[in-house]
Amino acid sequence: MKRLLIGAFAALLTVGATATLAGQSEDLQALRDYMQNRFPNLAFMDYANGSYALDAAKATQWESQRDFPPFLDHLDEGEKIWNTPFTNGKGFSDCFGSDPSKVRVKYPRWNAEAKKVETLEGQIVACQKANGEKPLKTKKGKIAYLSAWLASQANGQKINVIVPQNDPGAVAAYEAGRKFFYTKRGQLNMSCADCHVYNSGMQARGNLLSPVIGQVTHFPVWRGKWARATGGKDGFGTLQRRYDGCNKQVRAKPFKNQGDEYSNLEYFHQSMSNGLTIDAPDYRE
Amino acid sequence: MTINQVTSRALSILLISCISILGGISVANADAVSDGKKVAFDRKKGNCLTCHMIAGGSLAGNIGPPLIAMKARFPNKADLRAQIWDPTHKNPNTIMPPFGMHRILTEKEIDLVTEYILSL
Ligand code: HEC
Ligand code: HEC
Repeated sequence: MKRLLIGAFAALLTVGATATLAGQSEDLQALRDYMQNRFPNLAFMDYANGSYALDAAKATQWESQRDFPPFLDHLDEGEKIWNTPFTNGKGFSDCFGSDPSKVRVKYPRWNAEAKKVETLEGQIVACQKANGEKPLKTKKGKIAYLSAWLASQANGQKINVIVPQNDPGAVAAYEAGRKFFYTKRGQLNMSCADCHVYNSGMQARGNLLSPVIGQVTHFPVWRGKWARATGGKDGFGTLQRRYDGCNKQVRAKPFKNQGDEYSNLEYFHQSMSNGLTIDAPDYRE
Repeated sequence: MTINQVTSRALSILLISCISILGGISVANADAVSDGKKVAFDRKKGNCLTCHMIAGGSLAGNIGPPLIAMKARFPNKADLRAQIWDPTHKNPNTIMPPFGMHRILTEKEIDLVTEYILSL
């Protein structure tokens, strides 16, 4: 009962303040309640559409962009990468299993032996290294094509990140990610939660801040901004590439890509979208 | 000279110097206000428009309250400066950056922004 009361209290006031008391399911419930209160007319499934779910004019623009997906060739290349054997004759299916539609939904996950959070991109690289291949860079380019193709094969399935509550290592990794999300950083002194929880739905200049719930369903994402920087050729980036962008906005030094900080963050961050349908890749500004 | 004449001359000198001091202040103040506006609007400096509606600024955000009638809200200039220097002092959870404490702006720039915001 006490725990229940504290949970309700947290949901109403400060979603971030009860780190040591609440577990993953309590966090999820508290965030959903908080958002439901903030956006009473938004259906749960629509959170997957990010800021477009909150602004009809933006949504119309977005729909017209989606009519001409710019990333189809890149997806084909991702499929080709999946099917290209390593020099030792093996391939990605030896690491991930032969059904590409079952890969995206496994990650991020806790590896109890290695005592580490495994991400999809991290495991792609680990698979290459284990087979004597030159590992791909983890923010953009080929790794994003492969990861996006795997995500597209999983479309229609639900995000379901499990934090085994009986494994203290897993719980600690999740808590570290949660703490990262709610901790202020950078010269501008802002947390992820400042923008994507407490001020979600608000306007920061031309940007409508998306709620944290639903931010991961469409990754790797194709961003107009990233595409413009390459003359329209390649707008793809992984989730951890996006973390860099948000950290730079607050003038914080980005963390190591696929390092523990970001991977623990990803563990927490993806799990807050549990129950939402994968719909990847997708276009964002 | 009678005592009266002395007093009146002294008074008029005082008056003239008062007027000229006041004039000096208001010229300096006008500069501070327009320089402060530049700092406040500059995306690499104050970037206040990201969060605050300010008269004359376009594409403002709505994370913070509109900055209007500031003299009424901050009768004491030092309080306004303190809010800009370190808003976390009043509200530890605020999203507003601590412009002075984190050296996002120099002390001089904060003085200028304070003058400008007070003029709104
Ligand atoms: C200064 C405000 C701010 C902070 C702090 C911030 N973000 Fe963002 N973030 C944005 C804006 C603006 C966008 C683009 C609009 C949107 O989708 O919300 C964005 C977009 C994103 C997206 C992409 C959403 C999508 O639908 O594709 C993710 C993921 C994200 N942020 C995660 C984070 C994480 C994790 C942190 C902390 C490390 C963080 N953000 C901190 C402002 C911020
Ligand atoms: C990232 C968002 C953000 C930025 C940037 C920002 N503010 Fe704020 N500001 C806020 C919020 C939110 C409040 C509401 C008070 C609180 O959060 O404690 C606020 C409050 C204020 C107040 C107090 C208003 C009142 O009536 O109490 C003043 C004055 C102010 N800001 C001035 C500024 C100035 C000047 C700048 C730029 C140099 C600036 N702000 C930049 C978010 C911001």
